[in-house]
This record gives sequence, C-alpha cells and structure tokens, in this order.
Amino acid sequence: MILDLSKLFGRSKTSKDVAKERLKLVLIHDRANVSPQFLEMVKSEIIKVISNYMDIDESALDIQLTKTRSEEGDRVVPALVANIPIKNVKSSGR
Amino acid sequence: MGEVIVITSGKGGVGKTTTTANIGTGLALQGKKVVLIDTDIGLRNLDVVMGLENRIVYDLVDVVEGTCRIKQALIKDKRYEGLFLLPAAQTRDKSAVSPEQMIKLCDELRNEFDFILVDCPAGIEQGFKNAIAGADRAVVVTTPEVSAVRDADRIIGLLEANELRNPKLLVNRIRVDMVKRGDMMTIDDIIDILAIDLIGVVPDDEKIVVSTNKGEPAVTDSKSLAGQAYRNITRRLLGEEVPMLDLETDDGFLVKLKRLFGLRTT
Repeated sequence: MILDLSKLFGRSKTSKDVAKERLKLVLIHDRANVSPQFLEMVKSEIIKVISNYMDIDESALDIQLTKTRSEEGDRVVPALVANIPIKNVKSSGR
Repeated sequence: MGEVIVITSGKGGVGKTTTTANIGTGLALQGKKVVLIDTDIGLRNLDVVMGLENRIVYDLVDVVEGTCRIKQALIKDKRYEGLFLLPAAQTRDKSAVSPEQMIKLCDELRNEFDFILVDCPAGIEQGFKNAIAGADRAVVVTTPEVSAVRDADRIIGLLEANELRNPKLLVNRIRVDMVKRGDMMTIDDIIDILAIDLIGVVPDDEKIVVSTNKGEPAVTDSKSLAGQAYRNITRRLLGEEVPMLDLETDDGFLVKLKRLFGLRTT
C-alpha cells in the first residue's frame, strides 16, 4: 500500500528495487562465467541450425552476452548478441 | 549414522560462525549429539563465540596429522549435554588440511554423532573445498545486501558443481523497518534471485552481540528474537514444519498514520 501510494505520486524507485535490478544483471554475467562451456554450447547449436539454411563463416562467428536498453528504454536488460557472417544462402532455404 | 552439514556463505562477516554456534547448540538442546568443526584454520573464532576458548588443547590439524586422537581434541561443552567442539588451528594455514582428510574425519565422526556441523571459512579457495568435502547437506548464509547475495549465488553454483544439491538458504540480519521503507531487499526478492529453498530468516538483533560478548549462543535466550529464529531453524533441520517467524512489530496507531503520510518514523 505504501509502495502503491508512492508510485501514484510519481516518487522514484526504492533503493531495494535498484539493488535487485543490479544484482540480476551482475548474476547473469557471473553465472555465465561459472561455466565457460555455456557460450560454446550455444554457439555450436546456433551453427548447427543456421547451417541447414546458409553457409556461414564459422571462424568469424562471434557470440557475446551483453547489456542493452530495453524496448521501453527505461532500463538495462541482458542480451545475447550474435554476429554471424553469411557466405551464401542455400537454395533449399528459399 | 550422523549427518554432515556445512555452513557456508562466500562472503565474510555475514554470520556463518554465529549460525553454526546457534544451530549446533539448538540441536544439542533438542537432545542430539552434535560436534561443531571450525575449518577456518588461521582465523579461528567458533571457540570464542561458543565461549570455549580457554579449553583448547589440540585442534583440527593435530587430529588430521595424527598428533592426537579425535577424542582428545574434542572439547565437551559442559553447559549443554551432547555438544562438542573441534577447534581450528590458529598458527597454521588452510593448506594444512586436505579434502581427503576432511572426508575421512567426517566419516569417523558420523559413527559417534547425530550431527556434524562444519563452519566454513569465507572465500572459495582451499578452506572452502576442505569444508564442503565431507558434507551431505549445505546451509548458505546471506544478508540482504548485494555483495552477500552475489557471493551466495557463486557459492550455490560451486556447491552444485560439487554434488551438494539443494542447499538451503538462511537470510541473516533482516531489518523489518528498512524492508518496509523499501530500503532493503525482502526475503521474496532474495529467493527470487537465488532460486533455492529457505530454511529460515534471522532478524538483526542486538542480543546477538550481547550473547557473543558472553560466549553464550542466543538460541538459549528465550527473550531473543534471533534466538527464537534459530530455534525454529533447528527444528526445520530436524524435518519439522515450522512457520516462518512473524517479524512484524506492532507499531501502534500513530506510527502507522505517520507512515501513511510518508513521514519518516525512525
């Protein structure tokens, strides 16, 4: 009820909301670091799927866990960014 | 066969030793035969928290090196039936003990005791590896701060990587007034982030400082709210269903009215 009232009067986020949001983000990175195989696994799966439809340059493929602005633009959210150079689109994929 | 429970946290100063002392004493008060092992070699403290610092002759390193028998190193707490302490060495370091030696020690103690509580040092290095080596279960202690919760998350990952599944969460030093103001994460916030089961919540309580001053665990103090919380946690460890402690204090009408209008009440 107290929280609802403060929202009604447009007060800013409480410090614990900030804490929680920061923690969630930092833990995504920490957890990814705990298992370095994780990104490799994601990478090999992505290659497998995309290879069915296009020829890609596997050596130049780059996948990273990073942060980005959310659609609403008011907060930072984690994002998986993949840069996949395509050599040729297979005819069967058209 | 006894059960080995490790009390761990990652971050230092969140209350591992206090928790070990209180749960251990609580279990002894419930009629269990309990031994507390301090694995913080070089920085031992469980002895002073328990008020047994004057009775140390042999320690953990003496036992694993074969300088003495286990029985000679165990300090019997005369106040509580069935409670024993195996202190850490103070003049050595973490490398004086290996995980294999800890497994062997825990297995020997299982035959004698119902519970073996292992007080883990801060950090994720050798001392941590030693402490978790022989454990069947783990309790992860955290406080409602970003640093402690972050480290707890790391520890949970490492426990699971070492086959210690389903660690239980103990949130220490919660302050209801700050939670109400929105200046401290709630229990639900912390569970949401760490995604493990809760074994208990211990309020921030001045009586913990007083009881540590005296070397008498707060769990024996019927007037202490933290003591009550630890009594409940002890019963949950024994498999009982105990509802979470209601930490709400009755504020009275005026305080509630002030809060309604957003005035600071503390």
